[in-house]
Amino acid sequence: MLDINSNVDQLIEQYKTLPGGLLPLLHAVKEAVGYVPESAVAPIAKGLNLSRAEVHGVISFYHDFNTHPVGRHTVQICRAEACQSMGSRDIEAHAKQSLGIDYGETTTDGLVTLEPVYCLGNCACSPSVRINDDIHARVDRSRFDELMEELSHASPDAFGVNS
Amino acid sequence: MSLQIFVPQDTTALALGAEKVASALIQGAQKLGLDIEITRNGSRGMFWLEPLMEVETETGRIGFGPVNTANVESILSVLNSDSVETKAMEHPLYLGEVSDIEYLSKQQRLTFKRSGIADPTCIESYQHQEGFSGLAKALTMTGQDIVDELKNSGLRGRGGAAFPAGIKWQTVLDTPGEQKYIVCNADEGDSGTFADRLLMESDPYQLIEGMTIAGLAVGANQGYIYLRSEYPVAHKILNLTIERAIKAGFLGANVCDSGKDFFLEVRLGAGAYICGEETSLLESLEGKRGMVRAKPPLPAIEGLFGKPTVVNNVLTLGAVASILEQGSDTYKNFGMGRSRGTLAVQLAGNVKRGGLIELAFGVTLREVVDNFGQGTFSGRPIRAIQMGGPLGAFLPESQWDTPLDYEAFAAIKAMIGHGGIVVFDDTVDMAAQARFAMEFCVIESCGKCTPCRIGSTRGVEVIDRIVANEDRDNNLILLHDLCDTMELGSLCAMGGMTPFPVRSALTYFEEDFGISSRRDH
Ligand SMILES: Cc1cc2nc3c(=O)[nH]c(=O)nc-3n(C[C@H](O)[C@H](O)[C@H](O)COP(=O)(O)O)c2cc1C
Ligand code: SF4
Ligand code: FES
Repeated sequence: MLDINSNVDQLIEQYKTLPGGLLPLLHAVKEAVGYVPESAVAPIAKGLNLSRAEVHGVISFYHDFNTHPVGRHTVQICRAEACQSMGSRDIEAHAKQSLGIDYGETTTDGLVTLEPVYCLGNCACSPSVRINDDIHARVDRSRFDELMEELSHASPDAFGVNS
Repeated sequence: MSLQIFVPQDTTALALGAEKVASALIQGAQKLGLDIEITRNGSRGMFWLEPLMEVETETGRIGFGPVNTANVESILSVLNSDSVETKAMEHPLYLGEVSDIEYLSKQQRLTFKRSGIADPTCIESYQHQEGFSGLAKALTMTGQDIVDELKNSGLRGRGGAAFPAGIKWQTVLDTPGEQKYIVCNADEGDSGTFADRLLMESDPYQLIEGMTIAGLAVGANQGYIYLRSEYPVAHKILNLTIERAIKAGFLGANVCDSGKDFFLEVRLGAGAYICGEETSLLESLEGKRGMVRAKPPLPAIEGLFGKPTVVNNVLTLGAVASILEQGSDTYKNFGMGRSRGTLAVQLAGNVKRGGLIELAFGVTLREVVDNFGQGTFSGRPIRAIQMGGPLGAFLPESQWDTPLDYEAFAAIKAMIGHGGIVVFDDTVDMAAQARFAMEFCVIESCGKCTPCRIGSTRGVEVIDRIVANEDRDNNLILLHDLCDTMELGSLCAMGGMTPFPVRSALTYFEEDFGISSRRDH
């Protein structure tokens, strides 16, 4: 916890004079810590001269800013229309069932957090799934299983943009 | 000289394995002792052919696609032979000369003319292809001259609302202010759209050039690109190219030694559809919740941090660069009626050949879907087409002869929006689609107006009851009332247009709600 807080303090220093800096700061906190911890709210509010309610309000408005720790990999299933037309409802059901979790939850081994997403700009080759910063096209049940299998063997930092 | 090979680096090509193909090519060529040089180009937008690999030959650039790692060996052996051109023709993935592929050659590419040709991050390649010549012209003109040129082109905003870009710029130019801003709306939230992404990933300097021209025109020295966080590849490419443009003197302090500054920064959204709405976007850029603002005041007068601000879509700003380069008369000669120039049609969903199709306004929806798409991916008949994103109507076959023109679509209670076409085959359940439209509004509403925030939740429940045949007649009346309330009582199109997909599903596909059996007699 101690190093989370000093991390956050450093980031606040870095972003506090940036015009409209709250979103970039929250992204940076998420990047560094993995989520936006409750303990970050008060120092952020102080650093940016906002009320805690304002900071809370912003965090809760945006889907990206989760306030609880997440798994080592974030898996997002596209739920939007183009992906629906290619069977994403089935992938969605399969993902929840095979991982044994619902959206917003993390597998018990801490490997995967499952989230919905609404369009990844890959709508000509749907259904789309994003794993960390990699997007995957034409994902069916067996491709999804393959991707999950790869995750269970990969080291957490082995994933860059489609490496 | 080494053999020049191109493997795209756009999101869809990567999502289909382009990175693995590129490494397999390098390894395979090494084994053969074949001297190759791989350029990571952008995509041509023919996504059904991705990963589309191209090879420079004496007669032109030939293509193979869609390539996966299993095909690499056989392609390399073609390239390693004495007569590449003849051997290539025998390869099952051979596509011929890429620029002759009908899908591409039948388009009118203005904004996307450079897409897929070179490494999008290479500033010299951009300049070789007339890049920054629009900016060079703009630097010799007054702000008013630039705005006049834009007005003459007839360009209307490509983000959805189709407002004339020149008139917006005029307002910002005419509003006095020390500090003004150019904001690029790169939130591209509509399902079925990817043209902004393709432009940012395949020709990012064009956007940078367009924004700089906008800054010169209205007297703004700061720009922001508000990019959705769902686009990690575009994010990386934009940051890299902005840095390079600054180094090369096209951006930042003293643009091209003109004495004028234009600074540009990318800001990430955070997964909120409503932040594509321009005033919500501005709130978000200011670091706040993305609550929609009431208009007036217009953003052109009181926009970002209360200052005069141009907010334009990626494609609008991209088109600006080509309009300045080629002249507004050239641009306005394309199109029909009040829809001038070209539309970046995005063909998506259950379609055999999905991709980016830039066409002059005026072709019909059916022509696009038949000639370019060539049917569904599943091979089943098409049943419905949703045009214009999640707030656009679902159209049955009887409506597909409508020409792509803003007014023609408005006349059938549909919209062109950002140009996305999502195709559904006959397995689609239109009641489920109508329910999703309401559900999406529940998830994405900014919460300011009751009809949108609460009405959409009620909408989901009422549709569930209709489908379950609970007091169906009364619930149908209720659903129409609810749609009326949302249309009339919402501040923005989120609540105001969610009824469009819902009502069109009810009107054209009532059997999916269990209604037609009652009337079958
Ligand atoms: C709910 C909603 C979502 C929108 N999403 C986008 C978007 O993702 N991208 C965009 O360019 N415009 C979007 N718009 C339109 C913008 O409000 C605005 O009209 C546009 O950015 C103006 O730029 P243009 O004139 O160049 O189109 C949206 C509008 C609404 C009501
Ligand atoms: S219609 Fe919905 S999204 Fe638009 S301002 Fe009202 S509550 Fe917000
Ligand atoms: S709808 Fe899923 S990627 Fe666009």
